[in-house]
Amino acid sequence: MAIEVRIPTILRTYTGGERAVESSGSSVAELIDALESSHPGIKERLVEDGADGPAVRRFVNIYVDDEDIRFTGSLATELSDSSTVVILPAVAGGSADLAAQGPARSADLAAQGPAPLPA
Amino acid sequence: MLTISGAIRDAIVAHARRDHPDEACGVVAGAFGSDRPTRHVPMVNAAMSPTFYEFDSGDLLRLYREMDDRDEEPVVIYHSHTATEAYPSRTDVNLASEPNAHYVLVSTRDGAHESGPVDFRSYRIVDGEVTEEEVSIVERYPDVTPDDVPDPKRESA
Repeated sequence: MAIEVRIPTILRTYTGGERAVESSGSSVAELIDALESSHPGIKERLVEDGADGPAVRRFVNIYVDDEDIRFTGSLATELSDSSTVVILPAVAGGSADLAAQGPARSADLAAQGPAPLPA
Repeated sequence: MLTISGAIRDAIVAHARRDHPDEACGVVAGAFGSDRPTRHVPMVNAAMSPTFYEFDSGDLLRLYREMDDRDEEPVVIYHSHTATEAYPSRTDVNLASEPNAHYVLVSTRDGAHESGPVDFRSYRIVDGEVTEEEVSIVERYPDVTPDDVPDPKRESA
């Protein structure tokens, strides 16, 4: 089964410029593993090791059928044949210097420590 | 160089003043590949903070879907600094994720939220490199014939 995954501009270096690719999996975690096999390097940009195992990076949003997976089970969110998946980097910033800055490269947009979440 | 209409510049400044002392944020969308910011979309700062901004994730998805449907892209991504200069912070640089966009910063510090000039500056932020660019304010954009508008020829959503 093929699930369409929309790729944001900044990650298209991993997909040969393609705006959307097809992948497969019964959960988001499986889908990301499948993406990684066809587009090596992309997983690192999406997932980090959290205290409780792999987690979606703080400044990456993944949507399954228009729902942010943070609200639907995170990486365990189930997928079906008809699921659509959209990946979008957060649009965020501000004058505050976030703690735990990664190297100043947009490639590390997700290499941030957890930022103060909106109240 | 960023070329932007005076009306949109004024609308961005008004938004920044309205939301002061919190940071204001938004985009100006334009036809894909045109580099012409035509549709101002003020966004809610989900962080509601004087030192941080973030588009709500649901709003973000709706925005990008809408731009896709209209063959647009975010030509300008803007936000305000309310107590510091209109220059990208380390946070801004680290989180910049649209290498093709003009990142506009306005500063409402030192009473600029009430009156007087508001700094309005534009940058490219690519791979952690910040490059300031000239801002050209025009009354309106030059007329274009359909032939002048690049056909995105993109895959549909």
